[in-house]
Amino acid sequence: MNVSIKAALVEFRDVSFSHAASAVPVISHLTFSVQQGETLVLLGESGCGKTTTLKLINRLLSPSSGEIRVEGKATSEWDPIRLRRRTGYVIQEGGLFPHFNVERNVGLVPALENWERAKIKSRVDELLAIVGLDPSEFASRYPGELSGGQRQRVGVARALAAEPPLLLLDEPFGALDPLTRASLQRQFGELTRRLRKTAVFVTHDVREALLVGTHIGLMHKGKLLLLETPENFLKSKNEYARAYIETLDLVPGASHPAEGSR
Amino acid sequence: MSFWQFLQQNWPELLQHLREHLWLVFISTLIAVAIGLPTGILLTRKKFLRSPVLGIANVMQTIPSLALFGFLIPLPFIGGIGARTAIVALVLYSLLPIIRNTVTGILGVDPNVREAAVAMGMTGGQVLWQVELPLAMAVIITGVRVALVIAIGVTTIAAAVGAGGLGVFIFRGIRQFDNNLLLAGAVPAALLALTADFVLGLVEQHFSVTRKRGAAPASGRRKLTLGVVTAIIAAVVTGVYVGSRDSRSHGFVPTPRVVVGSKDFTESALLAEIVAQMLEARGVMVERKFELGGNLPHEGLLAGKIDIYPEYTGTSYTAILKHAPITDPRAVYEQVKQEYAEKFKVAVSEPLGFDNTFAILVRGAEARRLKLKTISDAAPYARNWRAGFGQDFMSRADGYPGFAKAYGLKFAEQPREMDLSLTYIALASGQVDLIAGNSTEGRIAKLDLVQLEDDRHYFPPYEAVYLIREDSLARVATLNEVLTKLAHSISTEEMRQLNYEVDANKRGQAEVVREWLKKKGL
Repeated sequence: MNVSIKAALVEFRDVSFSHAASAVPVISHLTFSVQQGETLVLLGESGCGKTTTLKLINRLLSPSSGEIRVEGKATSEWDPIRLRRRTGYVIQEGGLFPHFNVERNVGLVPALENWERAKIKSRVDELLAIVGLDPSEFASRYPGELSGGQRQRVGVARALAAEPPLLLLDEPFGALDPLTRASLQRQFGELTRRLRKTAVFVTHDVREALLVGTHIGLMHKGKLLLLETPENFLKSKNEYARAYIETLDLVPGASHPAEGSR
Repeated sequence: MSFWQFLQQNWPELLQHLREHLWLVFISTLIAVAIGLPTGILLTRKKFLRSPVLGIANVMQTIPSLALFGFLIPLPFIGGIGARTAIVALVLYSLLPIIRNTVTGILGVDPNVREAAVAMGMTGGQVLWQVELPLAMAVIITGVRVALVIAIGVTTIAAAVGAGGLGVFIFRGIRQFDNNLLLAGAVPAALLALTADFVLGLVEQHFSVTRKRGAAPASGRRKLTLGVVTAIIAAVVTGVYVGSRDSRSHGFVPTPRVVVGSKDFTESALLAEIVAQMLEARGVMVERKFELGGNLPHEGLLAGKIDIYPEYTGTSYTAILKHAPITDPRAVYEQVKQEYAEKFKVAVSEPLGFDNTFAILVRGAEARRLKLKTISDAAPYARNWRAGFGQDFMSRADGYPGFAKAYGLKFAEQPREMDLSLTYIALASGQVDLIAGNSTEGRIAKLDLVQLEDDRHYFPPYEAVYLIREDSLARVATLNEVLTKLAHSISTEEMRQLNYEVDANKRGQAEVVREWLKKKGL
């Protein structure tokens, strides 16, 4: 791996956030960075501030104090529209537009960027193939005519459409049945590695974190407790990390690649 | 005459009123959408405005339509008599459902979808136009649908302010006790409402279908729906457009010289028609603003929206000038003439020759059985009777309270308050036992009703006169000539006969008046 070309694509510098009306900070004094090509998984229970952290990156929220830098520039200095178009965003159920067919959903950001129609069309076909959907069958369908897993694949394809350097994913596979979820998790890991995408991925599922992440950041009550590679995460002595790791053993016969590294 | 025969004979007039009706509904709904949609969108952005604005729109809808028309008449720019006032009122009524459904529709968009739209880098305008409005469209269309059906209904009342429409038939039908007229107004209005409801239902379906999970319809059917809807809308718009051009070339005469108004009963319309035809015969252009309800003719006269209308001295004396009733006709006339000149700069013509006072009426059979001649004769029986009075009689100074006191009348129950025209029918059919009608009412004889003598001289004189703006008199010399000719020229008998021709024989006002003028050599 060529270390010299690695640069921090996302950087948090002592970032805190609290809602205007409340004195209790949702996140406090967060400092970390995500390098080019990494997938950082933010792991934690609901309410720990992981989704808030994600939304600070594409300026759906603005920090109360501290600074977030994306591609070396503070988010406050980015035009939010430009920032968001350079950032793929995937949420649960995909957040697809129900009144757009798959083709228009996937081609959304290229269309906003005024790409030529032919170029959009070929890009959409390419992306659908990448996420494993046959364009001739699916391009003209509406989200309502897709299964949950198919919708999620379309959601990922839409996030990738304008070739953003950065992907943000908020529990994208949370609403899927276990089999579909496992398959998509595997494919997503391969995809980000193959496309060399940088990603920040939020989940409460430790198994998912181990599958897709190059780094795992454990969050609790608005603080980042540790930030480790999956291997080191499994060796961690931190009590919250141990609690997560123990849940892995509660399921008899569970098998996933991360166990091999133990 | 059967309803179908009636329709065949009155087809052109029906079409004209239908077109007026459609035009009013179409324009007012269009304006309401143009105001309501942006307002609704604003309310989704500014939460603090939401309850005050929706509250105001809500209150608008609770104002009875006639009252709203009344408020609007004297206002400059938006008020007056005719289509403009009606459109303003209709818009006010239509706003609530449109604003409310716009707010509900947009706030009802899945927050995940909206967040995704923002996160994709859509601008505020793109989120609104490409995501929020399309997804809220079905709900918004429902609001327009409700507004449209309300507007079609309320427009029937617009006839009371001279805006035309199918309400003209309905009001006339009630007045003349004519079911054909009533039906000719009510049936097309109902069909119109049903059609509008159905068509917008299709449009609504078209927008909701794409939204529904798993049920994007075959594109063929969707195209068909769209085609049908477009065709219907195109037909209506064309019809309305042609209609509006028509009425521009006939009805809206450029700068009419004299605007003649009338109240909303046959006699008033006849008297107005008499003046109108006499003016026209002398080369003066006339615009007719007939059949105006309540106080509208008076307010229209003061506001300069009409130049002349027929009135009764007693009404002016008590209802407008708020004097306690007196019984000397000459004193009433002189007082009215003097005060109108001072207060309103309105001239009062010479009396026309007949008196249309309140006539206390009972059924002929009842009067003969109980040998009733005077109101005093009837007083002892009143405790077993029910009375029915027009709104006018119930509220005016020389009306019910004083009348009951003067004769010591007590009825079995609180008198029923209803449309004056309906009281005659209610009496004849035994729904009530005593009413206060007009002494010149044409139907008195036909329905076998008997007028009881006002033996205590309670009712003040109601001599028919014309009220004319002084500036109109100065502007149009012919008015003077016509009014001089009409002084003391109509007897009570003649008036009753004229009323009878229209109300009972169902003849057209214009025709009856033309005939009478010819006979009198006027």
